Formats: sequence, C-alpha cells, structure tokens
Amino acid sequence: MGQMFFLVESEYKVTSSDFKNNSNKSKQTTRWFSNITLLRESQIMKIHYITGVCALFVVAIHILMRLIMPFNMSLEFENVILNYKNIFYALLLESILVLIAIHGFNGLRVILLEIRQTLIWERAVNILVIIAMIGIIAYGTRTIIIANGFSLG
Amino acid sequence: MNIFKKDKRKEIKNESPLEIKRSNISNTSSSSNKSSVKLRVFRINAVQNHNDVPHFDEFHVPVKRWTTVLDALLDAKSYQDSSIGIRYSCRMASCGSCGMKINGIPRLACYTKISDLDTNTITCEPLPNFPYIRDLVTDFSRFFDHHKSMEPYIESNDGNEDDTNKGTFSFYQSPEDVDKYLQFSYCIKCGLCYSACPTVGTDVNFPGPQALAQQYRYFADTRDESKKRLDIVDDRHGIWRCHFAGSCSKVCPKGVDPALGIQLLKSYMLGISKNDKVPAKKIEIDSINDSNDSKGSSNIE
Repeated sequence: MGQMFFLVESEYKVTSSDFKNNSNKSKQTTRWFSNITLLRESQIMKIHYITGVCALFVVAIHILMRLIMPFNMSLEFENVILNYKNIFYALLLESILVLIAIHGFNGLRVILLEIRQTLIWERAVNILVIIAMIGIIAYGTRTIIIANGFSLG
Repeated sequence: MNIFKKDKRKEIKNESPLEIKRSNISNTSSSSNKSSVKLRVFRINAVQNHNDVPHFDEFHVPVKRWTTVLDALLDAKSYQDSSIGIRYSCRMASCGSCGMKINGIPRLACYTKISDLDTNTITCEPLPNFPYIRDLVTDFSRFFDHHKSMEPYIESNDGNEDDTNKGTFSFYQSPEDVDKYLQFSYCIKCGLCYSACPTVGTDVNFPGPQALAQQYRYFADTRDESKKRLDIVDDRHGIWRCHFAGSCSKVCPKGVDPALGIQLLKSYMLGISKNDKVPAKKIEIDSINDSNDSKGSSNIE
C-alpha cells in the first residue's frame, strides 16, 4: 500500500491545468503519429486475435505429431531433420514461426506502450518490435531452409 | 424583518440540535445504538504543501444499523476534526460525488452501510488513479477530459438546422431502441470504474471504462448519427488497451456494466456485429399537437 501511494504521488504531481496541456499535446502527437502508421489499431488487433487462434491450432498439430512415434525417438537428430525435409511439416513450422512472432511481438508492443506514454518511447517500441519480428522470422526461416536442405549422409 | 434575534442566536449557540442529538445517542441504553467503529481517514494536503507526507488519522464514531460511511465521516468532521476534506452532495447515490476507497474497494460513501462492511475498522482513502487535492478529495479534471473527448452528445444530421433549433422535430424511439442503450445512460460519472481499472493505473492516455462505455451509449442511440464515434476510440491508447479485467463493472454502483459496453463496441469495430442501426424517425411536433387523435396526421420523415 505504501508503494501504491508513492506510485500515485509521483505520477500525479502535475496540476490539472498542466495535465490539460499535456493531454492535448500528447493526444495530438499520438494522433499525428497514428496518421502515418500503416494499420489502424483495430486492424492490428484483428491480426493479433487471428494469429493467436491460428497459432493454437498449428501448435496443437505440432505437439500431436510427437505422438506418432515414441517420444525419445522423436527428439533424435535424424528424426528432427527428417521433419524439416517433409515439405508439409516445414510449412507447418514456418507458419508457427510467423504466427507466434506476430502475436508475441505485438503483445509485447502493447505491454510496453502501456508502461510509458511518451512520443519517443512509443516510436522506439514500434520500430524495435517490427525489426525484432522481421529478424526472428528471417532467422527462423533461414534455419528451416538450411535444415530442409541438410543431408544426413 | 430580522429573523436572527439575539435570544435565538444564544439558543443555537448553547443548545445545538446536533449536540442534543449526540447526547441522546450516548445516553441510550439500547445495545445496538452504543456501537462504535474506528474510522481511519487518509490525510494529505497536496495543494498547499507538496511535500506533505500522507498519513492516517483515526476517529471513533458512533454507528447505528443504518449508518453509512458518509454519515460516519461527517460525524467525525462535525465533532472531532472539522478539517477533514470530503466531497459529497446528494447522499443518495445519485450524484456520484462521494466516491472513495473504503476498505480497499472503490465505493460510494453514502451508499455503503457500515454494517455491510462487517468490520470495526473502516479505512477511507481517496480514489486511486486520481490526483490528490486534499484528504479524500481528488482531482477529476482528467476524468472529465476523457469523457469530453468522446463527444458525449447526440449528433443529428438534420439538414435544416433552423427547424431543429426551433424544436419542431421530435425523435421517435421504440422501447427496443431505448433498451439498447438505457443501462449505459445510468452513469453518474462517479469515477469508481476509472479508479478500479488496472489499465488506467499505468496508461494516462487510456480514456477509462466510463468514457468508453459512454461512447457505446451514444453509438447505440438511434438518435445519434455521428460517423466518427468508432474512430475516436480506435487509437493506440484507446479501446484496445482494455483487457477485460471486469473491475469496472464490479464496482459500478448503478449497474451500468461498462465492461459490457466496451466489449460490444469492440465487436462492432472488429466486424463481428453489424452496425444495422436505423436512425430514429423525426416527427414534427406541431403536427402531433394539432392532431388530438394522433392518427395518421403526423409527418414522419
């Protein structure tokens, strides 16, 4: 309770007139920045929900695939590589990668935006999240492609 | 005529009706009337002293079966410490002025009976998520700013504004039309939902459940023809930062259920619910007044 008081006190030192100026300013800048984004927030959240539901299905399939052979055998190196060589399974893994990356990094973006609300912070979060998302998808796709072309012999 | 005669002023000074009432309370022999509770009141003077350290003052106040927290606070203010800062008005859960945190939960002080709390120690604190002014009084400016940003009024695209201003038109709404938004119109802007919302605690730009619920209230109203209601809340810090905690609906004293309003609005924005709202028909008032039978003589547009 003491910490809550401190949090409230430190955050709400401004007077009401200060807040009015700041709120209008932050709203204007936020709206200005939102005007130059590619997607509206509702479209982003629609993608977020769809990727979450789809990821659920594909991860369930991925887990069920472990039941087609004894568990210890499924984790052996040769069997794992054989999974990657199966084009359908490779596509399944790629879809898991893309869906989880989008859903997860957008969720991280939402959390970070709720923690702090300054223009620089919001811009940095958006840019870094997009870079991280693209980077993870690219690196994972590279792994899948290399594994798909990997020869055991 | 001077009604404040000297002898009457003496009477008031020496024997205040409140004093008589208080002495009667202490002299009663009924066991139920002799109970008292400990009232812990949060004290701070944020306006006059920015470095003031918040602390609690304790008061022992007599209570009866129907004593509310507001009654207890006013008793402490009247007889023990008149400097207690408290905001109240109607005393009947109609104005929303007396919102505060009572034993950890945002409630209306006038609507919370001490007997319902089932404890001998009542802790009264200012509403969370609101800046302090003094003691139990908080600053509602940001709350009202968020509400205003929702454009909380009917926008009618009646092309003939002169006629509308003259009041020649009336809107026709069926009971089914009214039911769609009626519960959300019960909001008294008490701020309890805003103080209970966890997102408001971290995101200062989040409008809060009250503003978003009111946005749905006007969106669902067939008299409103605004096209930008969904755009107003479709923001990075808008409706999508609601994570459906449900605390707002739990603390609402009027049964508004702001969480329901927010989820309904989200369903329209995602395209799950279709916006098939039919604008309310406009009826000429003059034609209604002229026809006593009110059958077929009214011009409905």
